[in-house]
Amino acid sequence: MSQLEKNNTDIIIPSQEKEYSILNLGPTHPATHGIFQNILKMDGEIIMDAQPTIGYIHRAFEKLAERRPYNQITPITDRLNYCSSPINNVGWHLTVEKLIDAQIPKRVEYMRVILMELSRIADHIVCDAVIGVDTGALTGFVYLFQQREHIYEIFEEMCGARLTTNIGRIGGFEREWSNKVWEKIEKFVNNFPKALEEFENLLVRNRIFMDRTINCGPISAERALNYGFTGPNLRAAGVDYDVRVMTPYSSYQDFEFTIPVGTQGDTYDRFMVRLEEMKQSISIIKQAIQKMPSDGGFHADVPDFYLPPKEEVYNNMEALIYHFKIVMGESTIPKGEVYNCVEGANGELGYYLVSDGGRTPYRLHFRRPCFIFYQAYPEMIKGGLLSDAILTMSSMNVIAGELDA
Amino acid sequence: MENELNKKVLEELIKVFSDDIKSAEESYGMLSVTVSKNKIYAIIKFLKENSETNFNFLTDLTGIHLPENKEDLGVIYHLHNFYKNHRIRLKVFFSTKDSYVDSIVDLYSGANWMERETFDFFGIHFKGHPNLTRILNMEDMLIHPLRKEFPLEDQSRKDKNDAMFGR
Amino acid sequence: MEITDKKVSLAKMPDGHEGAGFFATKLDDAVGLARKNSIWPLPFATSCCGIEFMATMGAHYDLARYGSERLSFSPRQADLLMVMGTISKKMAPIVRQVYEQMAEPKWVLSMGACASSGGIFDTYSVLQGIDRIIPVDVYIPGCPPRPEQVIDGVLKIHELVQNESSRRRYSEDYKSLMESYGFESGK
Repeated sequence: MSQLEKNNTDIIIPSQEKEYSILNLGPTHPATHGIFQNILKMDGEIIMDAQPTIGYIHRAFEKLAERRPYNQITPITDRLNYCSSPINNVGWHLTVEKLIDAQIPKRVEYMRVILMELSRIADHIVCDAVIGVDTGALTGFVYLFQQREHIYEIFEEMCGARLTTNIGRIGGFEREWSNKVWEKIEKFVNNFPKALEEFENLLVRNRIFMDRTINCGPISAERALNYGFTGPNLRAAGVDYDVRVMTPYSSYQDFEFTIPVGTQGDTYDRFMVRLEEMKQSISIIKQAIQKMPSDGGFHADVPDFYLPPKEEVYNNMEALIYHFKIVMGESTIPKGEVYNCVEGANGELGYYLVSDGGRTPYRLHFRRPCFIFYQAYPEMIKGGLLSDAILTMSSMNVIAGELDA
Repeated sequence: MENELNKKVLEELIKVFSDDIKSAEESYGMLSVTVSKNKIYAIIKFLKENSETNFNFLTDLTGIHLPENKEDLGVIYHLHNFYKNHRIRLKVFFSTKDSYVDSIVDLYSGANWMERETFDFFGIHFKGHPNLTRILNMEDMLIHPLRKEFPLEDQSRKDKNDAMFGR
Repeated sequence: MEITDKKVSLAKMPDGHEGAGFFATKLDDAVGLARKNSIWPLPFATSCCGIEFMATMGAHYDLARYGSERLSFSPRQADLLMVMGTISKKMAPIVRQVYEQMAEPKWVLSMGACASSGGIFDTYSVLQGIDRIIPVDVYIPGCPPRPEQVIDGVLKIHELVQNESSRRRYSEDYKSLMESYGFESGK
């Protein structure tokens, strides 16, 4: 008699132990946006454990910065979180200005606010559109990336580049924004809310999207704080920490905006927090345009770092010497150390700069938010399905350039 | 207001750890305290759990190499108190021959990768770390690249002429 | 809406002899025409250039017009390996493995300064150009290159594909090229 016929009402339990399979969510994978590897231990479809490996795009920014003079470091900071390069650039300039104690005119600060909010919108567009793509909704991606082209056009008018902008100088901006820039900003601010509404109608109350993303990769506020989360990921978990409000920089205290906060810290909350932040950014840009002071120029008076106008260089000895020093990278900064942080699109982007009085930094460390919150990824996906792991990763907005630096 | 908070935190630290505080200064508004290496875990635990100081967030953990000093390696911690919006910087210095520091992973889980990165770049070993391996560079790399004696460029490349680039 | 009298543009006919109900041409020309209009790229996007590629695939600078509608992430089904972004030494073996897994005929496009020569990252951890490990057909300079430049690069690949002889992959030149990179040549 076979085992089946003997106990035909009982379930046959296999005598061997449970075996887990190892899945390599490798560095090259269509759904991981960026190159990082995860080795998953799986029980069927459920993830038991994950072991991340990063460093596949380590470009040694910190060592590179020790070789370059202060105004040549801006292109490196571009490539940290390359979806929102202007925020990194302005953050670096603010750090150096703190160390040289420069007084920045209000007008320049307001212009910087507009620039940073535009790039924040650009970054959140990428993240939200990509969450849509990972759940299978490709239409939202195509709609929103068209808006990103408009932001690229604005950046191009300001500085000539679309993505890695290298915008601004220590002390302000390299040139006054032309009338076309202001027109394009106005047009964008008027048209974007409607485009965002079209995107919202596709996903926000969509039953499939909600079922996919609610309770997917949650993290509690205490664990998030313990890991060092900042930015939209922390706000989705319920903690309203925003560097723009805690330690205001570049006149953010003059603007009124609300900080959207989630409850559970899952993918839906992260998606919604970013969506709301885009709307708040539009409101900040509108306020900045309205309150923009008419005088103040477009740069501060920092002769050591800001190139003098060409007429003075040809006629004035002092200006010629400054021009020479700046172009050859011989301007120095007094000895000191400073930690400055800005609210990047992913969280608190910090710059720890140690200067020994020379022409290049002695030590420059970037406090990169992606690096710090990606540590929590194994904890967030444990017990979930593989497709939820993919969605969690894309909703955290992990940018490989910022992860590895 | 920052000065008051800085003074208060320094007072609280001196009350408990007076022998271990080597120097304290306020640079650009931030209190920067150099402490002795052996007590760093106890000091950070005190700063985290004491209700007067209450530093509940680890902002950053990094290393530094100062070859001119006798104590040429350092670890720098940045802590943040969300309740009073107060930041503090702690530094410990030690020499390369004795590059072992206590790990603070069980106080702040976020210190895990930050300590791995510091180990990768400077060769500072963290006692008690669950998995102290290289994180950004390749596993089999022998040198610790951010130390000042190592060059930036890959010396075996032939297509870039150093003389033309002023190196 | 007014319909303007616009002629529809078709693909250019290769040289050949036309008759009633038949068209005789070289096999290479016909195969080249078919291949060039249906290149399936494998986007190996690592950093900033990857975002510019996403913009090129978007609606504004649509790359799908040129036949690259389906991005294949599996090397077995891809024709064109587009390496976009910095390749570090840790990543180099993976690029090589992906290239080896691709089936002939395959082409490689190196997009951006970092993939072509290391870019601004002349450091210990960055591979100074992917042509140290795999043979490259077209290089696109730029940091990151504009979408128009990417399309230009892809069109140059189209030219290469169209004019390639069908015996090229079996020729001695190609075999010695593969051997110089350390790939064992096939039969």
